[in-house]
Amino acid sequence: MKTENQKAWFFVLPVLALVAFNALIPMMTVVNYSVQETFGDNVFFWQGLDWFQQILRSDRFHAALGRQFLFTFLILIIEVPLGIAIALSMPRKGFWVPVCLVLMALPMLIPWNVVGAMWNIFTLPDIGLLGYFLNHVLGISYDMTQDPVAAWVTIVTMDVWHWTSLVVLLSYAGLVSIPDAYYQAAKIDGASNWAVFRFIQLPKMKTVLTIAILLRFMDSFNIYTEPFVLTGGGPGNSTTLLSIDLVKIALGQFDLGPAAAMSLIYFAITLLVSWLFYTLMTKDDLN
Amino acid sequence: MAKITLSKLRHSYLSTPKSDSDYALKEIDLDWTDGGAYALLGPSGCGKSTLLNIISGLLVPSEGQILFDGKDVTALPPDQRNIAQVFQFPVIYDTMTVYDNLAFPLRNRGRDEATVHERVMAIAEMLEVTEMLEQKAAGLSPDNKQKISMGRGLVREDVNVVMFDEPLTVIDPHLKWKLRSKLKELHQRVKATMIYVTHDQTEALTFADQVVVMQLGEVVQIGTPVELFERPAHTFVGHFIGSPGMNILPCELHQGSSVFAGQSVALEGPVQGAANGRTEIGIRPEFVSLADHGLPAAVTKVSDIGRHTVVECEAGGCRINAITDGAAPEKGSAVRLAFRQDMTRLYVDGWLATSPAADEQGAA
Repeated sequence: MKTENQKAWFFVLPVLALVAFNALIPMMTVVNYSVQETFGDNVFFWQGLDWFQQILRSDRFHAALGRQFLFTFLILIIEVPLGIAIALSMPRKGFWVPVCLVLMALPMLIPWNVVGAMWNIFTLPDIGLLGYFLNHVLGISYDMTQDPVAAWVTIVTMDVWHWTSLVVLLSYAGLVSIPDAYYQAAKIDGASNWAVFRFIQLPKMKTVLTIAILLRFMDSFNIYTEPFVLTGGGPGNSTTLLSIDLVKIALGQFDLGPAAAMSLIYFAITLLVSWLFYTLMTKDDLN
Repeated sequence: MAKITLSKLRHSYLSTPKSDSDYALKEIDLDWTDGGAYALLGPSGCGKSTLLNIISGLLVPSEGQILFDGKDVTALPPDQRNIAQVFQFPVIYDTMTVYDNLAFPLRNRGRDEATVHERVMAIAEMLEVTEMLEQKAAGLSPDNKQKISMGRGLVREDVNVVMFDEPLTVIDPHLKWKLRSKLKELHQRVKATMIYVTHDQTEALTFADQVVVMQLGEVVQIGTPVELFERPAHTFVGHFIGSPGMNILPCELHQGSSVFAGQSVALEGPVQGAANGRTEIGIRPEFVSLADHGLPAAVTKVSDIGRHTVVECEAGGCRINAITDGAAPEKGSAVRLAFRQDMTRLYVDGWLATSPAADEQGAA
């Protein structure tokens, strides 16, 4: 006879209650809104999947989704190689290690909205340090409130400034875990620097890099505060990313139904891409 | 393949070493003959890995020279010395197949694929890994990984010396023995000079023709396993090699004969030089026997180690081990210990000071 201790369930209960309150119930509220129409006063009309259809067919959603993918693609293609390059050039031992680590961690310690505000002031054409320098010293016309390209360059640069450190720190953690013997063996085997990177460093960094890319994907795909504070989605709609658009629909236009449907689609896309990426990256390890 | 000469080698990890104790290696002069099987034996921190890294070129010595066949290679980087090194933890390239791992050093040197294939197949056959060639190296067991890293060294036909830095540390005990005999066999087949660093005396004594014993950055003795066992040049060697190690008993000298615990102990032969210093008798437990006459001692511990029994006794405030095949005495009983005279050495300040008696020398 197998005896089971059912008392264990009591210990799970507090966690269950907590998760229900901060995740499950709010999520179900969104599901509720996504299939109904409301005009306030808690009066609801059944709408079925209409909102989902409307969102999936709307050009506005397609445009925002396109901008979102472009933004995420750009920051990943810059931050990952740059992060690896910085990690590779950091010292492995000695006095400068803690100095480098603290300097690297610094941008990540600054709250999102502060980063947005900082870069906003930094890039103001007439008084901002960067804006003034570009316009009045180098003579390059730069105003992100007018020029979509300037706005894009600014939000991408800001994200690279804010988050490359994460890739650096994770890659560095992978690098320092490589025993000296690997480098010594490679030297004896006559391996080139590229071969050392390709066959020793990159494979050893693979696990942490997977995590780094996954985190950067999820964070950048859901980014809201920084571009909102910096550009507010403008000029025009040029930097209106998915989350900014979502808030506009939900809180600006008060279209709770479409907003709820959109956030569920948004969530599904994030989940799907993360899952695909993770599955592909860890496929080899299972064999 | 080459003869390796170390000349007046000193190394310190400090940039400005002041005293002798700042040196990890203190003045080493050594010749390694071409094709020999050597072991570097010593406790952790004695400088044996430092010495190995200097030979391979991973470290540049503070002073002195390394010559390969008379050619100064002190300043050459590892890849230009044509050496191979096997590390404590197996180094393999995880993402490559076993074949690519073995081919890596050759491809890096721009050999054509036909030569690469031929060499890889020959080495794989020698190491008995042919059926694993297409496998990813990451999935191998530690002993096979260690074989592959060994193979990467042997695959180059012009290799001067193969060095092993405690290569069996992570190998399961029952596979250690197999891999060790494989090593010995490989040495006989490829005839390359091999240097094997270890702190395990069994590994050193089974692998090497010549064992170099090191302590505190100095070479204490170089000899065949038999020499190290029978005639340790230093009490450290006597103590370090053997299980249990040599008995070292402080004694006094009176007119050429030694006195321990009030008893006169006969030495193998005359004492060389002026014996003014710390004098000690050294005798291996194998040559101490329980007898009717001799040194009175009390048995403090009896341990059966299978083939023999180690009898631990106390006499004159010292512990004396004796190995006996016969019936062992009870713990606490009083016994008498006899020392085999031709195996009883005298050490002055740690160094061997007796030589065999004249007639024995003549016979040998």
